[in-house]
Amino acid sequence: MTVREKLRQKISAGFYWHGLLCASYPVPIILFTAVCILTCCYPLLKLPLPGTGPVEFTTGVRDYMVPPQEPSGDPGERPDWYRGPPVAYIQQVLVKAAVSPWDNRLVPVDAFRSPLGRVFSLLDEIRNHVHSDSSGVRSLEALCLQVTDLLPGLRRMQALLPEHGCLLVSPGNYWQNQRELFDSDPDLLRTVQQYEPKGLHTSATLKDLLFGVHGKQTGVSLNSRNRVVTYTITMALRHYDVRFLGSLRSRLKQLHPSANCSLREEHMVHVHFKEEIGVAELIPLVTTYIILFAYIYFSTRKIDMVKSKWGLALAAVVTVLSSLLMSVGLCTLFGLTPTLNGGEIFPYLVVVIGLENVLVLTKSVVSTPVDLEVKLRIAQGLSNESWSIMKNMATELCIILIGYFTLVPAIQEFCLFAVVGLVSDFFLQMLFFTTVLSIDIRRMELADLNRRLPAEAGMPPAKPGPLRPRETPPPPRPSPHTITLQTPAFRNLRLPKRLRVVYFLARTRLAQRIIMAGTVIWIGILLYTDPAGLRTYLAAQVSEQSPLGGAGLPHLAVAPATPPPELDPMPPPIPQISWGPEDEEGWRRLSYRHWPSFFSYYNITLAKRYISILPVIPVTFHVTPREALETRHPQDTRHAPPLQTDPSPNALPHGAPVQTDLTLYKVAALGLAAGVLLVLLLFCLYRLLCPRNYGQNGVQHGRRRRGDLPCDDYGYSPPVSEISPLLLRGHNMDIECLASDGMLLASCCLAGQIRVWDAQTGDCLTVIPNHGRNQGKSSAVTDLETLGGAEGQDAGGAGYPVRRRAAPSRPTLFGDQPDLTALIDTSFGQQPPSQAPSASSGFDFGGLVERAYLEHEPSVSPVFSAPPPQPVQRRRSLGDQPMAPTDWDSAVWALELRGNLIAAGRSSGKLEVCLWDAVEGSLRCSNEDGVSGITALAFLNNRIVAARLNGSLDFFTVDINKPLGLLQYRGGPGRGSMPPSPCYSSDDVISCQLTRSVQCAHQKPITVLRAAAGRVVTGSQDHTVRVYRLEDSCCLFTLQGHSGGITAIYIDQTMVLASGGQDGAICLWDVLTGSRVSHVYGHRGDVTSLVCTTSCVISSGLDDLICIWDRSTGIKLYSIQQVLGCGASFGVISDSLLVTGGQGCVSFWDLNFGDLLQTVYLGASSEGQGVRQLVVLDNAAIVCDFGSELSLVYVPSVLEKLD
Amino acid sequence: PGEAVPPRQGSYNAAIADQTANLAIRGLLLFLIGVFLALVLNLLQVQRNVTLFPPDGFASIFSSAWWVPPCCGTASAVIGLLYPCIDRLLGEPHKFKREWSSVMRCVAVFVGINHASAKVDFANNVQLSLTLAALSIGLWWTFDRSCSGLGLGFAIAFLATLTTQLLVYNGLFQYTSPDFLYVRSWLPCIFFAGVITMGSIGRQLAMYEYKVVQEKTHQD
Repeated sequence: MTVREKLRQKISAGFYWHGLLCASYPVPIILFTAVCILTCCYPLLKLPLPGTGPVEFTTGVRDYMVPPQEPSGDPGERPDWYRGPPVAYIQQVLVKAAVSPWDNRLVPVDAFRSPLGRVFSLLDEIRNHVHSDSSGVRSLEALCLQVTDLLPGLRRMQALLPEHGCLLVSPGNYWQNQRELFDSDPDLLRTVQQYEPKGLHTSATLKDLLFGVHGKQTGVSLNSRNRVVTYTITMALRHYDVRFLGSLRSRLKQLHPSANCSLREEHMVHVHFKEEIGVAELIPLVTTYIILFAYIYFSTRKIDMVKSKWGLALAAVVTVLSSLLMSVGLCTLFGLTPTLNGGEIFPYLVVVIGLENVLVLTKSVVSTPVDLEVKLRIAQGLSNESWSIMKNMATELCIILIGYFTLVPAIQEFCLFAVVGLVSDFFLQMLFFTTVLSIDIRRMELADLNRRLPAEAGMPPAKPGPLRPRETPPPPRPSPHTITLQTPAFRNLRLPKRLRVVYFLARTRLAQRIIMAGTVIWIGILLYTDPAGLRTYLAAQVSEQSPLGGAGLPHLAVAPATPPPELDPMPPPIPQISWGPEDEEGWRRLSYRHWPSFFSYYNITLAKRYISILPVIPVTFHVTPREALETRHPQDTRHAPPLQTDPSPNALPHGAPVQTDLTLYKVAALGLAAGVLLVLLLFCLYRLLCPRNYGQNGVQHGRRRRGDLPCDDYGYSPPVSEISPLLLRGHNMDIECLASDGMLLASCCLAGQIRVWDAQTGDCLTVIPNHGRNQGKSSAVTDLETLGGAEGQDAGGAGYPVRRRAAPSRPTLFGDQPDLTALIDTSFGQQPPSQAPSASSGFDFGGLVERAYLEHEPSVSPVFSAPPPQPVQRRRSLGDQPMAPTDWDSAVWALELRGNLIAAGRSSGKLEVCLWDAVEGSLRCSNEDGVSGITALAFLNNRIVAARLNGSLDFFTVDINKPLGLLQYRGGPGRGSMPPSPCYSSDDVISCQLTRSVQCAHQKPITVLRAAAGRVVTGSQDHTVRVYRLEDSCCLFTLQGHSGGITAIYIDQTMVLASGGQDGAICLWDVLTGSRVSHVYGHRGDVTSLVCTTSCVISSGLDDLICIWDRSTGIKLYSIQQVLGCGASFGVISDSLLVTGGQGCVSFWDLNFGDLLQTVYLGASSEGQGVRQLVVLDNAAIVCDFGSELSLVYVPSVLEKLD
Repeated sequence: PGEAVPPRQGSYNAAIADQTANLAIRGLLLFLIGVFLALVLNLLQVQRNVTLFPPDGFASIFSSAWWVPPCCGTASAVIGLLYPCIDRLLGEPHKFKREWSSVMRCVAVFVGINHASAKVDFANNVQLSLTLAALSIGLWWTFDRSCSGLGLGFAIAFLATLTTQLLVYNGLFQYTSPDFLYVRSWLPCIFFAGVITMGSIGRQLAMYEYKVVQEKTHQD
């Protein structure tokens, strides 16, 4: 044994024990993992949240010092970016100007023309201000931030923004800072507005930039309310000179004093800007995230065969995400502060770590044998994959190690993260995901046991283990017809593309989700960029942070200087210039990209740097009306009519509401039009995609009175049609056996009466009464199938669970015992006395049993005492039927019909061959050689094969003593697979010879017998299938592969052989070689019926499911849920049409697509009756066993559509 | 009367099985993927050289010559169709990790290699070349592992690099990057990784056709 092998075994064993541990204590382990994750993520709280919003820091003006470049010893509350000089100091001069008092002669333009005009004189003042003291002479030129060229992309702004000089902007820039240009400008508003961008904009506009306040505050508009014009002169300073700025401030205040100004001028705000993320930078990032999500999607899509796919996918994503968080947290804990942009490397980390392990684990655990305990399954699954997991992990670690030695810092950091991430991911996979998986598997098993869902398709064959105890029959389901489709992948292949698109949209609600997501994103963008949204929030935060708190302190109120001589002494007229705390930091109302874009015009980035904003200098201008009139441009009056009346406030508010109303109407009309267009578009799309009017005709005549209609997977209810089937009445009791050869139909009821019907017209041709020894008495024929399995067990007194009708609830020793189950009828109280033709009012139960035993005494083994008939619960369907007190005779257990010969096998072992005749059904021959009950019959050509309860197989030959020339052939009308049946006349002497008897064909009772293509196939309780040749009754193959008794066999002319057993397995065999072609587990419980078509295999089981399998691959295509008790009733009409029985109805399905085509109700009176047997005749008619009646349904309409 | 006519399943599969239609669809898809990747990756490279974006800076996306994305798209279509074709000529289709999640992983790693070459500052160009070469070979080993893939990758990378160099020497095309060596050092590796990635996508797309054809023969 090599080291590798040893290592492998060790790892495998370790994983095994780990799996056991995880599955045994799921809750403690999950709690432990959660605690671990939280602990490791704790250091993350210290990291700043990602975002691009600016960060602020406020200091006092008085003792301001330029912060040192290196972080000093006392970090205090200083943010770590507050280091070194800022990019620039921003000094704003906030100007408020108004024409006062307002005069009647003034036009709206006057409200801002002359106030704006004052900016030029103010600019001159500022530019020419010189401060001289002992240390020298300083002017603005020396201190301000000198800028060079604008960026080349901004040619059109060249005239407006300063170049090669001080960075000083004001509204005067619109007119190149020349008073003459301003005075000669006929339309000031147009000049201002022409540079504004159209539509939604997120960055700072030129108007904001030059005015320095938010656009709405400027008051430069024709319908401004208070006629106060506000603007700033913004200068960027390179150096901070407290004396120069102080002198400038006092000078301006002195020249243009502001009354009642209560601005606090003691705080200086430093604003730090994060790295800008532009659109161009975002696109690759978004692409990587899209790829990442596609990867996660495609990975988690592979999770299959678990209880909750979404739950596990979520667990997988949680595993990966929390492992990343853990690794970041751990790295932070050990001092490795991440310098990489986390959002950028995150997708690559996820891709490196991957979801593969998780998927591999799931797949491995799911493919362990289902009948093992959950713990063991988890452990096995883990240990199966342990080697590959470890190998992969080692490889990844190696790759990362190699990456570490590239010695590139960024890559090294990535590798470090990846290593920690890998380890924590492994940790989480082993603890968290495995435990979640075990919980999921356990839930699935519980759900399986409760709901008895079908076993999954494609399951690998279970290792022979202890069979799980079978459950009692499932509880009745509320919805009779639901069709469950297995995997969408198979489904997709079988739908037309157009429908697939629609279904996909409907299933995922894609459009809805996209619209929702779009709305959320849009709202988010609005919130983020809207000046009123985020910025006010920031402002509120900063005002909370500022140590002085509220705005209530008029701390540094400028003492009102002598009022300017122009100012009228009369009470303040409108407009009133007022200074409030909101003016203090007017820049806050600007877009947060205001400063970055301002500087970016000169190719100065603010990313990761900061600027310091100094307190504003307030300046107030009062302009007299006379002055305003003097500066008026001749064209100003043209724009707006002068206001005739006094300027009371009610004159103006007219304009604005009208305008807003108009915009409102416009928006409403636009929205309405868009809505109508959308509806039309969707309608067209719908018509395009779905041109057919499904179900429109059906609604007209389909009376929806039967409660919930059957519908298929997509809620589509096909039209219900009600056709009146031909009811074949005549039997007194429930119909037991049905046989047909296409033209004729033979049925046998529980009373033993055999009736022969014409399959075309529904006429009853012959009645063959029960002509046993006890004439006139009908014999009770009880279908053991209708008795529950538990009952069979009880009655038989045997220990193993069997539910098949063949009554092998008795061991072989009991093989010859009379069928006592027929007597077990405890619903005596319900017997209406009138129904009993022969008995008196009493019912002598003891006598009946005695007689039955006396009759069969010779065959009863003396060793065994007869088990007393136990009072067991009968099924309702039987209990409802009035049972005539019956005398014991042998019951008809099997019925076959070929030509005009009926072969009936009885429980007493007698084989009867009757000749049917138009007038009389007479017994032509019988054979009583056998002693054991005939459980199954096959009638092919002129041979009859009978299988008996004791496991023997008898071959009979029917001989007709008659010249062959008279033998006519009645060809089977449609079915080519059936050999022509000879027609016998009543004159012939028919003899039935036992040609060969295979005594020990099977060890246990034969349960099914089928014959076709010259082969006879038997299935037995002894888990084997045998194939015999019909001619010489030679056994060709014994097919082994089932782990339970055989319950269903299908063979047809094309030598397709399928068998189903009590283990719920379905095997396909090659009849020529005897090899097993495929093997699937289809049902929980017995397989009750099997049919193959050219492309698929249809099976039904005791779990009342009809499953459709792909014949070549053995993959389950879909399954149809049947009504309780109708599980086995289905038939195949053509290669693509399936008919199933339901509660009082039959349904037609499209085999290829699993679509419900039509549901036909069999008359109004049959509400509660389920269709238990269903035979498809050649002429596309269906015969349903319908209580004591037979229904003959013609379905030409469906067939026409299919052909 | 009034029943639904069962839809036929044939049309969809027929469209897949139809050779030319399938080829055209695959080619178109590959072309679109190639154009998209070229645009995105070009953007990554552009970022390296421009420190700051003007606010109305969508023009920078198309800063390269207009014919570069279509060329990349055509090349990727050719490569994506060539790979399954060669596989078919050599016999069995490529089976190693043939699933969409793996392909997505491959694309992600490819974008990551580009990202690294654009964002990470290497000490010198040799280091950059070596790192990228190692990453590209790792990409091939992780997602392809076929000799045909390796050979084709080398051949196409060589040819593409040669073509680019010729174009540059003839003055038809200029690197936007300030240092010429930098571009030349990552170009072959990026080409190689791109060839592997597009081949992987092409093979995965071809899988559909292969499956349907197989199924059809099975049915027949």
